[in-house]
Amino acid sequence: MLNFNMLSLKQRRRLNTVLLGTLAWGVALVIFFPIFWMILTSFKTEIDAFATPPQLFFTPTLENYTQINERSDYFHFAWNSVVVSFGSTIIGMMIAVPAAYSMAFFETKRTKTTLLWMLSTKMLPPVGVLVPIYLLFKDMGMLDTRLGLVIIYTLINLPIMVWMAYTYFKEIPKEVLEAARMDGASLLQEIWRVLLPMSKGGLASTVLLSLILCWNEAFWSLNLTASKAAPLTALIASYSSPEGLFWAKLSAVSTLACAPILIFGWFSQKQLVRGLSFGAVK
Amino acid sequence: MKTTPLHSGAKSVSDDSAESVSGIAKTNARISRYMVSPSVLLLLVWMVVPLSMTIYFSLIRYNLLYPDDNGFVGLENYEYFLTDEGFGAGMSNTLLLVGAVLLITIVLGVLISVLVNQRFWGQGVVRVLLISPFFIMPTVSALIWKNLLLHPVSGVFAAIWTFFGAQPVDWFSEYPMLAIIIIVSWAWLPFAILLLMTAMQSLDQEQQEAARLDGAGPWALFYHLTLPHLARPIAVVVMIETIFLLSIFAEIFTTTGGGPGYETTNLAFLIYSQALLQFDVGMASAGGLIAVVLANVAAFFLVRLVGKSLTDKN
Repeated sequence: MLNFNMLSLKQRRRLNTVLLGTLAWGVALVIFFPIFWMILTSFKTEIDAFATPPQLFFTPTLENYTQINERSDYFHFAWNSVVVSFGSTIIGMMIAVPAAYSMAFFETKRTKTTLLWMLSTKMLPPVGVLVPIYLLFKDMGMLDTRLGLVIIYTLINLPIMVWMAYTYFKEIPKEVLEAARMDGASLLQEIWRVLLPMSKGGLASTVLLSLILCWNEAFWSLNLTASKAAPLTALIASYSSPEGLFWAKLSAVSTLACAPILIFGWFSQKQLVRGLSFGAVK
Repeated sequence: MKTTPLHSGAKSVSDDSAESVSGIAKTNARISRYMVSPSVLLLLVWMVVPLSMTIYFSLIRYNLLYPDDNGFVGLENYEYFLTDEGFGAGMSNTLLLVGAVLLITIVLGVLISVLVNQRFWGQGVVRVLLISPFFIMPTVSALIWKNLLLHPVSGVFAAIWTFFGAQPVDWFSEYPMLAIIIIVSWAWLPFAILLLMTAMQSLDQEQQEAARLDGAGPWALFYHLTLPHLARPIAVVVMIETIFLLSIFAEIFTTTGGGPGYETTNLAFLIYSQALLQFDVGMASAGGLIAVVLANVAAFFLVRLVGKSLTDKN
């Protein structure tokens, strides 16, 4: 009797697991559906893409991908995205890592205040400074230049980079750096040979987060660029003007624009949490 | 860093090397103070210069169409901005957008993160699928939703509505704000899931088990153990999402352009259209400052809510 009851309890639990698992899969598929549908549509002809009702089965075509340069110079925009994202990430890291090193290992009374103040610059809504930045850029001839975007992106991501590098450096015992000093290492050697190798993983995810944020940024890129320096976010926005049905091509361009970041994100989701929450959730 | 433990340890070996080590530490400490300054200086310039320009522009008459007419007008720009019919709409739309998206992402985020915390087949893949929308750029998510999913003729939603015998909804003309809320919620839900999911993993399993053995039901477990454990991560999600949601721009820019009328115009879009579409720099600057004040009021309360826990960790 007892045995039977325990078995049924076990079975009930297993049934629960199966039901909850199915539910979780269902929710995940619903949330992922728009991305799946975008990828699917990118393999349709423009006529199939506009079919009513929407079709799940069709003859796939690579036409959109081969013609991607026809409506707009895709690679020009993609190259702008690459240059701007990597440029601002590299410059940002070169400024953020020394700051984080100093704050993590030579803490002063003001360190915590400085960190919180840096975070507070993120709370400045971009529209609050849109007008002066636009006019300054116009006067300096920096509108629609990659340099302009690199500067803006470096500034808006700097607080996050400092924060993230700081939390990773905090985990390295001071003694290790002191041992390096014992061996007569200079400041540069200490950072280059000891600190950076020890925090490789953390810094890599800092770089990744910065790349993702730059790649997807869509306020400054839409307002400060027109065509010459416009990144992919702006290219996609140009599809919003209703000058014909280009949905299959829109899907193909979007898929190409999002794929690298999506894959980056999948691989680094665990490490990203720390950067995204400023270290408040681990 | 005055004296290091190494200093005293090394002293017993040789005074010479000990001195050089503490010397290096001191030099490093001195140099390192300057290593913070580039970041601080840059961010200071980034805050102060444009912001003071915004303040200045907001006090003068400044329209790009009449660049020579730059008289001081006092608070006139603020008066015009605050009494403009767009302001009321922009304000309530901003609050509606932030509030609705916060509510949707937090409630669904908590439920989903509790759900995927159970063990089941393919857990890793499910997590990856769930957080994917976060990595999609805003202009893409806006256009995919508008043209492929919510389109009244060929959209997937229209097909589902037709399948159930209902009349397809023209989302962007009938419920434009709801459409924007759906898109933004979809884009931000993964952020909440990602943070809450991570927090769920540090939930005390033994405590849960003990409570279960004491006869606590799933609802009691959730309410008395899980929810309190998630309080801090929820606060963090609220803080960070609010910062970004107050300035939602690309989703509106690419789908509705703020319309029809002012129905989907939030403060960010209103200021943009005043500055770059109507060229009224003075009024846009006044609006920009109002947005800054609003964000700071929100930030003040939010940082008090979670800010302390950000730095008190170590």
